[in-house]
Amino acid sequence: MDFTFDFNKNQLDSIENILEEELIGLGVECVVLIDLAGNVIVNLDNGKCEHDVYSLAALAAANFGAVSAMANIIGEEEFSLLFHKGENDSIHFSKIGSDLLLLTIFGKEVSLGFLRLKVTEANNKIKELV
Amino acid sequence: MALINPKKKEVQVKIVYYGPGRGGKTTNLEYINKKFRSRIKSEMVTVKTYNDRTLFFDFLPFDIGMIKGYTIKIQFYTVPGQVKYNATRKLVLRGVDGIVFVADSMTLRQEMNIKSIENLRENLASFNKDLSNIPLVIQYNKRDLGKQGIPILPIEILENDLNSNLKAPFFPASAVTGDNIAATMKKIISLTVISLREKLDLGGK
Repeated sequence: MDFTFDFNKNQLDSIENILEEELIGLGVECVVLIDLAGNVIVNLDNGKCEHDVYSLAALAAANFGAVSAMANIIGEEEFSLLFHKGENDSIHFSKIGSDLLLLTIFGKEVSLGFLRLKVTEANNKIKELV
Repeated sequence: MALINPKKKEVQVKIVYYGPGRGGKTTNLEYINKKFRSRIKSEMVTVKTYNDRTLFFDFLPFDIGMIKGYTIKIQFYTVPGQVKYNATRKLVLRGVDGIVFVADSMTLRQEMNIKSIENLRENLASFNKDLSNIPLVIQYNKRDLGKQGIPILPIEILENDLNSNLKAPFFPASAVTGDNIAATMKKIISLTVISLREKLDLGGK
């Protein structure tokens, strides 16, 4: 299937509020909501983050596609959650509904368990909006 | 479909360079990246194999300014041309708004061009898109090789092979010398933005 997403301003405001409250409030560096075509829908950061979110979105969508193909080989439809650990910063990917992906970039001071809990909460709230 | 963000007043448009392997898709983007450096705010992203072939895609964001109060962000992608990477080509085609088909003018590559455009047609059909209805520019690349004595096909034959039904705008070009690379790019941007005009009007309300 292809994408026919359109978000109105109210939806975008609500999504930003959810991400701000659940994730930026937790201390993550940067949150990006993208679609699987690699478009950036919402991006927020803690004011200290200068990542190239457009390139990140293109690569993240592709990465998710590649990992889904791996999932198919072992009989899974997809892996709805991915995590890449770095020395200082890490990226957490979580699928929202069928076409959206939430990327969270965070440092060592944020606990992965707590982050996953908060991502799930944000995920559920965003699903109700779209 | 292009993604319109009414809050940031921004439109993201996806243009994909498609075509057979070693046809010059990446070289097209490398030329644009060099020639229009001032309009490109970030580095070109490229995912290659160890022997320098495109494994996943190349990605180049390109700003063309504002239309109806919206910042238009063009995002150029290439696909891996090698036959075995079809799953990747389908992934990159997701949400495509406009396509440049880069054909290889070398006589040796005639069959590969025809197979590749057929593959494009099939892959678009899997997204319920029709090649004859999507903004499309065809580029006959490597015209410079003729001068070096390497056999290349006349434009009439390439047109007959690839564009007889589509009647898409086409350019003889050379990605290595830069000949008609900017013209190809400008044409696909203009066709794609015109095709999105209706959607942009809605977004502007």
